[in-house]
Amino acid sequence: MDRSFVAKNPSVLVFLAILSLFTLGVTILSEGFGIGVISTSFVKTLGKTLCLCLIAVAMDLVWGFTGILSLGHFAFFGLGGYMIGMWLMYERTRLIVVDSLGQAEIPPTSAEVVDAIGIQIFGVVGSSEFPLIWAFSHSLTLQLILIVLVPGLLALIFGWLAFRSRVTGVYLSILTQAMTLALALYLFQNDSGLRGNNGLSGLQNLPGVTTSQDVVSIWFLWASALALGLGYMLVVWLVSGKFGSVIRGIRDNEARVRFLGYSVEVYKLAVFTLTACIAAIAGALYYPQAGIINPEEMAPIASIYLAVWVAIGGRGRLYGAVIGAAFVSLLSTWFTGGQAPDIPLGFYTIKWVDWWQVLLGVTFVLVTLFAPQGIGGLFDLWTDRRHPDRHGANLGPDDGALREKEAIE
Amino acid sequence: MSTLLEVSGVSVTFDGFRAINNLSFQIGEAELRVVIGPNGAGKTTFMDIITGKTRPDEGRVIWGEKSLSLLGLSEAKIAQAGIGRKFQKPTVFEDQTVHENLLMALQNKRGWLRVLFYRTSTDDLQKVEDLAVEIGLHHDLSRKAGELSHGQKQWLEIGMLLAQEPRLLLVDEPAAGMTPQEREHTTDLLLQAARTRAVVVVEHDMEFVRRLNCKVTVLHEGSVLAEGSLDHVTSNQDVIDVYLGR
Amino acid sequence: MVRLFLAGLAILCACLTANAQEADLQPILQEHQEIIAKSSRKTIKPAIDAIASSGLPQAQVMLETWAAKNMWMRKSDGLFFSGQKGEGRSYELTDFDTGEVVGTFEKTELKQLKPNSGIRAMIGTALVQFQLTDPDRARRQAALQSIQRDPEGELLDPLRASIDDEPDADLKAQKQRLERLLTIGYDTDTGARVAAIEEMSDDLGVDVRAALNPLVVTNRQAAATLPSDMNIAAVLQPDSDDLSRDAAYDLLVASDLVAPRVSADDIRAALAANIDRGRVEGVPVAQLSSAAARAQAYEALAEAGAVPALITEADIDAALAAHVFFDTYAEPSPDVTAAAAHALEQIELKVGLNQTLDLTLDAISLASIYFLAAIGLAITFGVMGVINMAHGEFIMMGAYTGYVVQQFIPNHTLSVIVAIPMAFAVTFAMGVAMERLVIRWLYARPLETLLATFGISIALQQLAKNIFGTQARPLTAPGWLDGAWVLNDVVSISYIRIAIFVLAMIFLGLFLYIMKRTRLGLEMRAVTQNPRMAGSMGINPGRVNMLTFGLGSGIAGIAGVAIGLFAKVTSDLGSDYIVQSFMTVVVGGVGNIWGALAGAGMIGFLQKGIEWMNPSNTLAAQTYIIIFIIIFIQFRPRGIIALKGRAAGD
Repeated sequence: MDRSFVAKNPSVLVFLAILSLFTLGVTILSEGFGIGVISTSFVKTLGKTLCLCLIAVAMDLVWGFTGILSLGHFAFFGLGGYMIGMWLMYERTRLIVVDSLGQAEIPPTSAEVVDAIGIQIFGVVGSSEFPLIWAFSHSLTLQLILIVLVPGLLALIFGWLAFRSRVTGVYLSILTQAMTLALALYLFQNDSGLRGNNGLSGLQNLPGVTTSQDVVSIWFLWASALALGLGYMLVVWLVSGKFGSVIRGIRDNEARVRFLGYSVEVYKLAVFTLTACIAAIAGALYYPQAGIINPEEMAPIASIYLAVWVAIGGRGRLYGAVIGAAFVSLLSTWFTGGQAPDIPLGFYTIKWVDWWQVLLGVTFVLVTLFAPQGIGGLFDLWTDRRHPDRHGANLGPDDGALREKEAIE
Repeated sequence: MSTLLEVSGVSVTFDGFRAINNLSFQIGEAELRVVIGPNGAGKTTFMDIITGKTRPDEGRVIWGEKSLSLLGLSEAKIAQAGIGRKFQKPTVFEDQTVHENLLMALQNKRGWLRVLFYRTSTDDLQKVEDLAVEIGLHHDLSRKAGELSHGQKQWLEIGMLLAQEPRLLLVDEPAAGMTPQEREHTTDLLLQAARTRAVVVVEHDMEFVRRLNCKVTVLHEGSVLAEGSLDHVTSNQDVIDVYLGR
Repeated sequence: MVRLFLAGLAILCACLTANAQEADLQPILQEHQEIIAKSSRKTIKPAIDAIASSGLPQAQVMLETWAAKNMWMRKSDGLFFSGQKGEGRSYELTDFDTGEVVGTFEKTELKQLKPNSGIRAMIGTALVQFQLTDPDRARRQAALQSIQRDPEGELLDPLRASIDDEPDADLKAQKQRLERLLTIGYDTDTGARVAAIEEMSDDLGVDVRAALNPLVVTNRQAAATLPSDMNIAAVLQPDSDDLSRDAAYDLLVASDLVAPRVSADDIRAALAANIDRGRVEGVPVAQLSSAAARAQAYEALAEAGAVPALITEADIDAALAAHVFFDTYAEPSPDVTAAAAHALEQIELKVGLNQTLDLTLDAISLASIYFLAAIGLAITFGVMGVINMAHGEFIMMGAYTGYVVQQFIPNHTLSVIVAIPMAFAVTFAMGVAMERLVIRWLYARPLETLLATFGISIALQQLAKNIFGTQARPLTAPGWLDGAWVLNDVVSISYIRIAIFVLAMIFLGLFLYIMKRTRLGLEMRAVTQNPRMAGSMGINPGRVNMLTFGLGSGIAGIAGVAIGLFAKVTSDLGSDYIVQSFMTVVVGGVGNIWGALAGAGMIGFLQKGIEWMNPSNTLAAQTYIIIFIIIFIQFRPRGIIALKGRAAGD
């Protein structure tokens, strides 16, 4: 029974192989390192998609495997982006400021430099003082630590509050949504210290790096692919062992796991916090490629879309989450970017920019109703994976609460 | 015989309805006990109180030699202290294999980091094998629990309870919906278990109770109506009135 | 009777005419001819005063003509006339005194008087005394309003004079009130002012506060010794909470009593100006990147006499010790300022109480809106346990239904009356369709219901955008709902909010009636508690679920019409309310209409309370509310009004 990790999970090798091939292919076709078939902006889109795949893997762990439908993981994603964005913006502004102050007759004092950076960054919200939360923005190391620390801490506190009061199911979903909304609304204020609805911008320019974006975009693609690969392996390792057995048990029947002597709350909290950290890392890689981050990105709707990707891809299987995120987000870019051809019906022309959302919504309802396994379910047809011959209807993985209730009656 | 669990003077009220009324109950180590009673007598609530699911309004629940109070402990802590519970309907993890089910239940450290870095030892594998033989599922170890028959699921759940190595087993209607052969096997399992630990069985089926051949406690309206051997309680006029006579 | 009145009127006219003939205005005008013709704001005052105080009735017409730039001077003799444009470039002149046409003259023979805005304002003031006694009530009213807008001490006497003869009781009261206010501000007698202040000290009117506030305005000053000829409000200690050390020194600098401090920028500029071969007083420029090095170099410069010396802390201490700091009132009379301060204090207290009342009304109205938005959800989520993320879109559809109905029925009252059942019908049908097609397959899968209804929600939102466009559509409330119920200057509530409150109460009653008194309500409760048992008793659970869901959706539609009346109807309308609605139900307690009411009340009051504490920032208020709710759920996981025991379904 005790086989090696890869032997137990052959899909990991397949996944890593496809990911490496993809990265290599894009590199060869890119403008920065290859023959220039793929434009730099599309390379960035692909790099961002890899980050979205990573957060989808995290979402699958927390929802598909542990049964917590979190509508708040994009908040952690955004926070991760803000954390790296603070350093990028500070350091880049500092270089510019030092350069321009160096022209003056008298060399600047460090206080003058900091003041000038403050004016540059916060002038847009009518302030020049550095808020407290920027205390570590001068240090890349500290800010990199904060990428996981801040969202992780938020997830820990929120999760502790929510799980200890035994909020489950849809209540928990609504609560996480409320948390996201609260965070987004807070960041929208000018005095939140993160430039209100202006957000942080110019993040695509790495301080001190003069290489063109063609090359930088490939660097980020590699970093994103590496993060996705490592994240995928970590999560596969988590779910394949006894830990995975316990969290799937929690998903299917929380009370039973509790009566087996496992402290369900601690497990949930661990998964919730860990996935928040993964989401934050994904966000920290995503936003330098996007170039700008603002509170709009953290609106509750984004987190719901994340659930949509995972559901369409197929919950409870990690490659399903990756496929769902890549497929739906790329398709969404294609449709809303105006590249999809209009369909003239004679009396009316269907413009996909307008109708894509309708199509997505309806597709989503149909997937939920008729294909709860998502796209990943197609692989079952192919590999002919056998389903348990359950008595009664297939209730789906998130139905633990219901059977728990039946069991107690 | 020393007392393992002592419940004394416990009452619970739900919205004005007194589900448990000044209930007292004792069980020693390595004892088999059957609890019977009509619907609504408070059998399930009684188990809920012991396992920490329901908090009583008053009373005491004392456990073990160290006289540990179970009130205020979480379900997980109570389970770790050595109380296992089997639900009325078979609740096994249907999406996981029999092996995984048993391995999860196996007496081991329950902390999340310990579990995360847990590596299956040959010792544990042997234990799982032995249990599977005991519950008659050694051919089905790699099958998903959801594919098992109703009776097999019941056994699997009993097996999971045994894997926990509890000192007290609470079993809720284990024989419901079983074929006569399956019942026999279940009886054997329970009698076997009761040799080394305390077992409390809630049951409706008198035939099954008779076969277990042990002390019986009759619950009625949340308190103990009678206690003794099955013949003793069935000849009790009160019991006949409220339960058997109906 | 009529004849008698006409006769009286005729006599009155005759008298007026007779009076007019007694004295003429033209001589007065001629007396001031030079300054009138010059039309300068600085010199014109005696002329206007003379005209106004002449007591001649034609003075009013003359002043009005002047202000309207219709007064002309005949160049030949310097006489003033009222001019009317005739044919070509000619003007027809009329005499002010006789009212007779004097003749028609070419423009070249005349000079038009064009008083500038300053002079027109002075004429306006002079006119007020005529207007205050004008027979036309509307003009008297207008005169009072003009005084209120622009109070002046000179108006006090004419105002007082006009009070006794005022025939209209309402106007008389207004005049008396205005007289008191003017007395506070402008009377020459201190006693009278204090009396007026005390008299008005229990009045909540904004105008009273506007009259009192200028009296207590203070001006912060510094001097070597405390002046004795000023009305001093307070003497301040420097380096205290009232007056910081820096502010005190800045005050001294501003009063030219001490030399200004040398700022970091000054030091920098001085150093830059004194660079000598890469060095400043021997210090290399490259080393000047710290504040200490700069100060050292600057001091060296100061010793050399090239720049003013640095102001040290000791200098500041000495300067502060040598001066006194105090606040003075602009108003010279201490009695008046004391009385005004006291009166304002009393008024503030009353205003505070009334503001609390106003805030309470605001909170109730906000709570009604939340309740209205959440009541449909209380049925579908609270009673049935179905989580419907498209609930907000049902609200939006209700609002758009109202908009469409208004396109066909222009009468706003009628259209709203039609729109309410229409909105119910549309969203009821939509709800039933959704229940039949989607939700009923997912009853056992609550999380998937959430996601599926979310899919419907984004599809509906985009559809609304495609049909109605992204800009807001108007849903106009009937005219009789405009305006507000004004209790006093502090407390007021708009009629539309009262209507929403009433609507919310009606829905509460309706809901209770349906649940407790009708067959449907009974079946609903039966199905939600135990569908199998209900089914075996002959109730069709499918039908009941369908109707229940339809009812909840239909009520959301009606709520949409109500919300659309005061909010903008856009495709995002629903999503603005969805989270709050769910919070309302969750906080209040699921499965209980009183819970929804309590939840709405709590969130409404909380939001208003937080907004009151931090009025500039409504975003922060929402953030804090959500945080509060998350913490609240820790202590009452089942909401304010919780179902207990096994019925709650652990």
